[in-house]
Amino acid sequence: MLAYILRRLLYALPILVGVNLITFALFFVVNTPDDMARMQLGIKRVTPEAIEKWKVERGYDKPLLWNEKAAGAGRLSQTIFYQKSLRMFVGDFGRADDGRDIAGEIKGRMGPSLAIALPVFVLGLFVTVSFALLLVFFRATYLDFAGVVLCVAMMSVSSLFYIIGGQYLVSKAWHLVPISGYVGGLDATKFLVLPVVIGIVSGIGASTRWYRTIFLEEIHRDYVRTARAKGLSELAVLFRHVLGNAMIPILTGVVVVIPSLFMGSLLTESFFGIPGLGSYTIEAINAQDFAVVRAMVFIGSLLYIVGLIATDISYTLVDPRVRLE
Amino acid sequence: MMPFIPVLLWSDILLWLLVAVCIAGAVMARRSEHILTSWRRIAGSANGMAALTVLAAFFLIGLLDSVHYRPRLAQQTGVSISAANYGVEVLSLLDALAAPLKNNSEKTYSAPLATRLFSKETIEEAVVGTDGGTAAGTDARIVRDYPRLIYGGAHLGADTAGAGQDMLVTGLIGAALGLAVWLVMAWLLRAMLPDGRGRKSVLATLAVLLLIFAPLLALSTHYHVFGTDKVGQDVFYLTLKSIRTGLLIGTLTTLIMLPAAVLLGILAGYAGGWIDDVVQYLYTTLNSIPGVLLIAAAVLMMQVVIDTHPQWFATAAERADARLLALCAILGMTSWTGLARLLRGEALKLRELEYVQAALAFGVPRLAIMLRHILPNVMHIVLIAVVMDFSGLVLAEAVLSYVGIGVDPSTISFGTMINAARLELAREPVVWWSLTAAFAFMFALVLAANLFADVVRDAFDPRTRMSP
Repeated sequence: MLAYILRRLLYALPILVGVNLITFALFFVVNTPDDMARMQLGIKRVTPEAIEKWKVERGYDKPLLWNEKAAGAGRLSQTIFYQKSLRMFVGDFGRADDGRDIAGEIKGRMGPSLAIALPVFVLGLFVTVSFALLLVFFRATYLDFAGVVLCVAMMSVSSLFYIIGGQYLVSKAWHLVPISGYVGGLDATKFLVLPVVIGIVSGIGASTRWYRTIFLEEIHRDYVRTARAKGLSELAVLFRHVLGNAMIPILTGVVVVIPSLFMGSLLTESFFGIPGLGSYTIEAINAQDFAVVRAMVFIGSLLYIVGLIATDISYTLVDPRVRLE
Repeated sequence: MMPFIPVLLWSDILLWLLVAVCIAGAVMARRSEHILTSWRRIAGSANGMAALTVLAAFFLIGLLDSVHYRPRLAQQTGVSISAANYGVEVLSLLDALAAPLKNNSEKTYSAPLATRLFSKETIEEAVVGTDGGTAAGTDARIVRDYPRLIYGGAHLGADTAGAGQDMLVTGLIGAALGLAVWLVMAWLLRAMLPDGRGRKSVLATLAVLLLIFAPLLALSTHYHVFGTDKVGQDVFYLTLKSIRTGLLIGTLTTLIMLPAAVLLGILAGYAGGWIDDVVQYLYTTLNSIPGVLLIAAAVLMMQVVIDTHPQWFATAAERADARLLALCAILGMTSWTGLARLLRGEALKLRELEYVQAALAFGVPRLAIMLRHILPNVMHIVLIAVVMDFSGLVLAEAVLSYVGIGVDPSTISFGTMINAARLELAREPVVWWSLTAAFAFMFALVLAANLFADVVRDAFDPRTRMSP
């Protein structure tokens, strides 16, 4: 299994290089380093010397991808792409345009992001799986039908509606929690309750329906009939047999997002003023801070690939037949 | 000389092309029995037909809004006749039909069906014996009051006491007209659709739609049925205009990505070898970039390109249109990977089937096999993907426009409406109507699309299980 994981990690290298090339191309097709310098220095008092100085200071004075002047391996390494993008493989994310260390910033903002994303994920999974099992328990009744109608209706509502409506009702009309903001420590709870609840509610529709389909597919299998025939209660059948055997499709969708929880949620964080990685990304996008966007894309892709590998490993845990070679 | 010149926006061309493709597909489907069976299953489903009716109504509005022209300006004296002047503003057929809605702008917010503005202003009013004193003459006094709307209930004059009664009468007339239209349509549909649950559901849905919209339309000739927004534009008009943007994003995105997804997916699955490796590498790489980030980066790039090349676009409408199409292309770029992976898997399976092997043994070229034997047998997956993606894309547009990486701010869409109105909830009293209207229409559109997608999926492939 160790060999398998190592091989998968090696496969990840070309993918990550590709990801970097894409972000790099997207940015530098329209922006030259001169444009970046001009934007950072402001429109006024920009002299060619100032631009040159800015570029040398930040290391943007090199060619983009291929250095004709250098010799040997230097042709590849003495370039912006190598110095800025490929250095991220050794954990060197460089500095944002405002001079702050990106790695430090990410460490500081990971906490608030996780404080929202983790409860939303864990509680959301619990709520939707329970709800789906409930619907399956009452399958082919009016309760099941009403539940499915509710799910379709809930997944047709814009996530913006949940956020705006929730903020309006809970914070403005009922004055239960502050509208937005964040503090460290335990006091954060009052800021976190609303975004977490909204995050869970907005995911109920689609996920519940998805889990219900998975469970329904299992419930008509022969082993379920056998389990009933030997006198197990319907609840035991559902929890022990159906849920257990539905684990593979559930894990396929679930495990892959776990590492990405670190990235936070762009929308929730910007609406609720949470200083997490999601809002960091949005700010960087709006300020056209390439260094930060590049770092976030890199980390996001890395976490996604880690998620894919974790999914494979998780299969071996729930299904003894699966062997990773 | 023509009173207008037609304007063909790229999105119009693509949308009408899509309509043409649908019609051609329907004609072709008439000839093959197994496709007809699937469609009959849809035609017999109450849910599916109700959803289809609502979608058809939305598409009708969207298509009306996709016939663009520039009207000729009024001839000025002294200008030579030969040089006709056409306005720079691009109008659509919908604008012409809803001209009163488009042009009757108030000063600022007014509540739905109001006759006065939403906020008090300092107004001058002539003193004509209002409060006991009968001061004659043309004296004016300054008061703070809610000013009378310019257009909302204008036919009532200064006295707005009878507004409620007038609304009731107008609404009832509208409902009666709606009923008349429904009777005509019911008579037409009896001839067109076979009897059954499907037709009943279409008729019921039509009745509901007409009973809601006929009174609304009747009222909208004299009132702002959904109120007005910050700059006094009629919210009903804005919601109607948003429909086209939503439909475009929902359909063109998948249309743009289809060729790449189908070609690469089938090629990877059928050809295998290094082609498979390259395609897999491509979509794994694209997939591993967080979607929003990729979209954001691409949209920013596109914005810079558009801003630095103003000479490409003759009118503001063309620029906004280019941006809309670019957004579709970008969304397509990030979403083709899922379909490509499905098609690759399916082509892998089909490759080993006997009839494909037989074709290969008979010496049919590989390209012909892909076109003749693989492609038709994966089309149901493509169709399901197109329908399933629609609702998600409509919702995504609103979110992206909110974050500032969506459509051009001058394009009327659900996202820009919500974005403009969201701060108004902080006002006291609350300005709720813009948000409500945008969310309600978006909900109706997405709900219909979701229901229809379910029925299409069940009809064409009961076994396929799509991820959420």
